[in-house]
Amino acid sequence: MYGGGYIPAGVEETKAQAESPELLAQFEARITRGEKIEPRDWMPAVYRKQLIRMIEQHAHSEIIGALPEGTWITRAPGFRRKLALMAKVQDEVGHAQLLYSAAETLGKKREDMLNDLINGKSKYSNVFNYPAETWADVAVIGFLIDAAAIVNQVANSKGSYGPYCRALERICYEESFHLKQGHSVFVWLATGTPMQREMLQNALNRWWEPIMHFFGPSDTMSQHTETLMRWKVKMATNDVMRQQFLNIYVPKIWDLGLSLPDPELRKDESTGQWLFTEPNWDTFFKVINGDGPCSRERLAVRKVAEERGAWVRAALRRADARYATPLA
Amino acid sequence: MTNQPLPTAPLARYLLHLADDQLVMGHRNSEWTGLGPILEEDIAFSSIAQDQVGHALAFYEYLNQECGLADPDQTAFNRPESLMVSSWLVEQPIGDYAFSLVRHWCYDQAVYLRYESLSQIQDPALQALATKLRGEVKYHTFHANTWMKSLLQGSEESRLRMLTALKEVWPMALGLFESWSGEKALMEQVGHAGQPWYPGERHLQQHWQAGALESLVLWSVDVEALGLHKVEPVLGGRQGYHSEHLASMLEEMTAVFRLDPQAEW
Ligand SMILES: [Fe+2]
Ligand SMILES: [Fe+2]
Repeated sequence: MYGGGYIPAGVEETKAQAESPELLAQFEARITRGEKIEPRDWMPAVYRKQLIRMIEQHAHSEIIGALPEGTWITRAPGFRRKLALMAKVQDEVGHAQLLYSAAETLGKKREDMLNDLINGKSKYSNVFNYPAETWADVAVIGFLIDAAAIVNQVANSKGSYGPYCRALERICYEESFHLKQGHSVFVWLATGTPMQREMLQNALNRWWEPIMHFFGPSDTMSQHTETLMRWKVKMATNDVMRQQFLNIYVPKIWDLGLSLPDPELRKDESTGQWLFTEPNWDTFFKVINGDGPCSRERLAVRKVAEERGAWVRAALRRADARYATPLA
Repeated sequence: MTNQPLPTAPLARYLLHLADDQLVMGHRNSEWTGLGPILEEDIAFSSIAQDQVGHALAFYEYLNQECGLADPDQTAFNRPESLMVSSWLVEQPIGDYAFSLVRHWCYDQAVYLRYESLSQIQDPALQALATKLRGEVKYHTFHANTWMKSLLQGSEESRLRMLTALKEVWPMALGLFESWSGEKALMEQVGHAGQPWYPGERHLQQHWQAGALESLVLWSVDVEALGLHKVEPVLGGRQGYHSEHLASMLEEMTAVFRLDPQAEW
């Protein structure tokens, strides 16, 4: 799972110029040649800052994302679903671990990142601020949110920062299993009893707007991202990723005889682009700023978990420092 | 709900104890997902939980194929509380991390001993299964030992929390070895080496307790001061008598199933 392509701010390139024009030129040339930037290499401070922010948000999204699905583990119907969901949610926590390690290579400690998550300084994907009300929500999350995440993560895995790319490669490999599993639950409900179909349709209706929000505001509304794209921090624009997603998944949803709550949604065959009703971006910004249906609850749960585990971490700090090594 | 009676054949009944314990324990451990004190422990508890639910499934499958019980989903998720034969220890809520850890340490060592004995049984399928599962539980015990040691020897606070948890867990851990009606008959069954393979609950308990106390002493726990030697076991689980926690857990486990009994999920 991942937090979507939304990066809150553009980069002031002049700052990077001011650090050292020569080093900047070498840095950019390496990226153009397709080389990866490694932790000890020179990099502009703004590049570092932007990457920390992005990887950290991604990591937060993985652990917060474990919460809505995690509550369904004990309720999952039957051994097959239960075991698959347990493994899936565990993977997501593992992704957080990999990503925090990748971000640590840029100089911010995991504990500081987790503190910034709790105190609201650092964001995570909006989609996790919505409730998972029924078992069908597990299907929609596992199939469509994970699918959207894959579009995003596959793009980012071709970025310029070595440790992040390597973490993403491993993550994408695991995500493909999540997608398969989510798809299976989804199809099972879609082809099940009338009650199961209705449950799925309702979940789909509820999740459609958050899904449309997932990749972030339209490029025409976003602050300029050219520098980030040239530095291969951002690999595809929000609109491009959203189009990719719609193009693969809308037909799959329609093929199952389900509908989507947007009468304008269709593919313009002459341009190959999907047309849709612009989702409400005010809602999006409201949720990002902590006013989503579950925003407070999610952070509160995370905060309680951190507080309840503080004594364990304190005891370990005395014992040794074995959790400081980067994993990827 | 299936009201199929509990199996009367001693082996089937014994395997059902094991399966129910693993199922309920796996559920409880899975509740740490996303909430552990550090990410590494979220992941560890999830792995252990997956193994446990997987082991439960393996035994329910055997019970279905060889002993005539309903299929695993029916047997596991469609039984009234009074027909569940899990122990009190496993159904308790996760509590703080110290409680869950001490429970994990006590429980997995006991499971290890049971698998060790079960791997001596005559039935080759069950023998192979027990041997395989024992290998997985070995890792659980490594994990538990490492953490018990770290937190018993970590800080003042961690030690105190661990000692409190030990006092709380111990009576229920002893309850894992509750005697049951088919015990004598099973103790007479001959294993593949021509010897009885099941030593009975009393023997298992003594074996378990000796090992556990030895470790605690090694970690400088004053077991006498804690009063562990004069604790009464909490019994009842093997006869379908449970604490208030099992009913709510079962309700949660079956919530989706019950929405539409005709549906497949
Ligand atoms: Fe995922
Ligand atoms: Fe993920």
